[in-house]
Amino acid sequence: MTLVDLGWALLRIAIMLGFLLGTLPLVIWLERRALAWFQCRVGPNRLGPFGLLQPMADAAKLFFKEEIVPANADRLIWALAPALSLFPALVAAATIPWGPNRLLTPVADVDIGLLYFLAMSSLAAYGVLLAGWSSNNKYSLLGGLRASAQVISYELGMGLALATAILASGSLRMTSIVEMQAEPLWGVVPFLHNWLIFTPWGLVGGALFFICMLAETNRAPFDLPEAESELVAGYQTEYSSMKFAAFFMGEYIAIIAICAIMTTCFLGGYLAPVNFSPIQTLAETQGGVFSVLATITVALMPPIWFLLKVFGLVFSFIWIRATLLRLRYDQLMNLGWRFLIPVGLVNLALLVVYIVFGWVPALVGYALVAGLYFATVGARRPPKRTVELVSQAQPYRPKEAHLG
Amino acid sequence: MAERLLFFLLALIVVSTAVGVVTNRNPVRSALLLVANFFSLALLYFLLSAQFLGVLQIIVYAGAIMVLFLFVIMLLNLGSPEPATFSEQGYRRPLAWLIALGMFALLVSQALVVAGTPPAQADPQVGTARTIGYALFTEWSFAVVVVGVLLTVGVIGSILLARRRSA
Repeated sequence: MTLVDLGWALLRIAIMLGFLLGTLPLVIWLERRALAWFQCRVGPNRLGPFGLLQPMADAAKLFFKEEIVPANADRLIWALAPALSLFPALVAAATIPWGPNRLLTPVADVDIGLLYFLAMSSLAAYGVLLAGWSSNNKYSLLGGLRASAQVISYELGMGLALATAILASGSLRMTSIVEMQAEPLWGVVPFLHNWLIFTPWGLVGGALFFICMLAETNRAPFDLPEAESELVAGYQTEYSSMKFAAFFMGEYIAIIAICAIMTTCFLGGYLAPVNFSPIQTLAETQGGVFSVLATITVALMPPIWFLLKVFGLVFSFIWIRATLLRLRYDQLMNLGWRFLIPVGLVNLALLVVYIVFGWVPALVGYALVAGLYFATVGARRPPKRTVELVSQAQPYRPKEAHLG
Repeated sequence: MAERLLFFLLALIVVSTAVGVVTNRNPVRSALLLVANFFSLALLYFLLSAQFLGVLQIIVYAGAIMVLFLFVIMLLNLGSPEPATFSEQGYRRPLAWLIALGMFALLVSQALVVAGTPPAQADPQVGTARTIGYALFTEWSFAVVVVGVLLTVGVIGSILLARRRSA
């Protein structure tokens, strides 16, 4: 490795960390404002335009807070836990390409890229688990235990969902996965990209991955580890000052990183939704100022598309948090082990059918499995009950009731 | 040169964390040192260009099995730093020393044999997922099937054990 290579590598790392740490306040601001909108509140709007500087003020406040160490805490592990929660989140994005330029991205284009992400995200359980244990607080311990059980359970479903992307593209390398999706849609539609989500296996795999990534990042409706109504704040109850901020940062950076993985594996990465550009055709026919514009768009648009997709996913996280109720613990485990994993396995088997026998048997297989499911499980479902009291106890009555 | 330096640094970490695992009296710290040991061992695999093995080492051992270990330790609340008391019968300690020193002597003797020769250069393709998968499903497919049967038996057995009380 020469010095020039080292310089480029350091630049790639700086860009990745700068991106993650730079979008972090924006995501926190977006979450607070969007949640406020969903709940018919105003949200933080005082500091800076639209309250954009609020996260800076929060950080400054947390920086000057007193740090309280609980009595009988295991001090060494207690101090180590926030770092262990921040570290995997920061390095997990190292293999994600956010543009076509291989000198600037990804940090390391290794041929085990997807497995590297799985390895780093599997280490994320330690921060939460150790924080819960070392705090010497029963609520923290319960939160930590819940978190570790949840992360282990949903990692399997996540691995199965990612396996569809690996099998469909035939590679573990992130850049190859994106390049595979640059082909024409289903091999026949030339003006659209063949995103994995447009195939049946990709659709099922993407849906599985979306559910699993909500659970992996401990977000609502899977936020049992920090269920404030029963566990105060779960594993981070005893943390204050910058150690609390480290957990907070780790959580949001993990969200950004996992959304970037979903984008790369299922939503076509940095590719545009359509495979034609009017500016490009203008540049070829007219030349002049259009060719300059075309060069600029070719350089700038892939990262912008990538960012748009990631932010769309982050916004869906917030939307879901504002909409869905928290699951019960047995529901969480049942969903992970008895629904996601069987569905993922069947999906993988049907993808293998497609690879070996072609798309007709695969589609027939999907239709058969869906028919069988609705014929057996769907038929066994108990009839829908109507409860009089629920409609009476609704806090939001129909409009007439308010007026009348 | 940089690679050799990295190797000795990692080797030092691996050996010291391994010693820490058996000498530490606090079960949680002991388990954590084991995690560090597995992680740095995975980095050693990367140095040997066995990337697939290294990343599986992190996913399976450091990421899944050790989380379960810690989970059980915390669930049983073994984390209290009271020193565990062992019933030390007369022959156990000398026997342990004998076995440990014997293994160490074996290792040193083997290391001395290869000490003079230059290290073998590994083929950079040998550790990729493609090579390993190809070897597993052609040359060693019988072993893979046997291990699959073994794992299935293990899963069925654990389900039986867990259901015995409720049934």
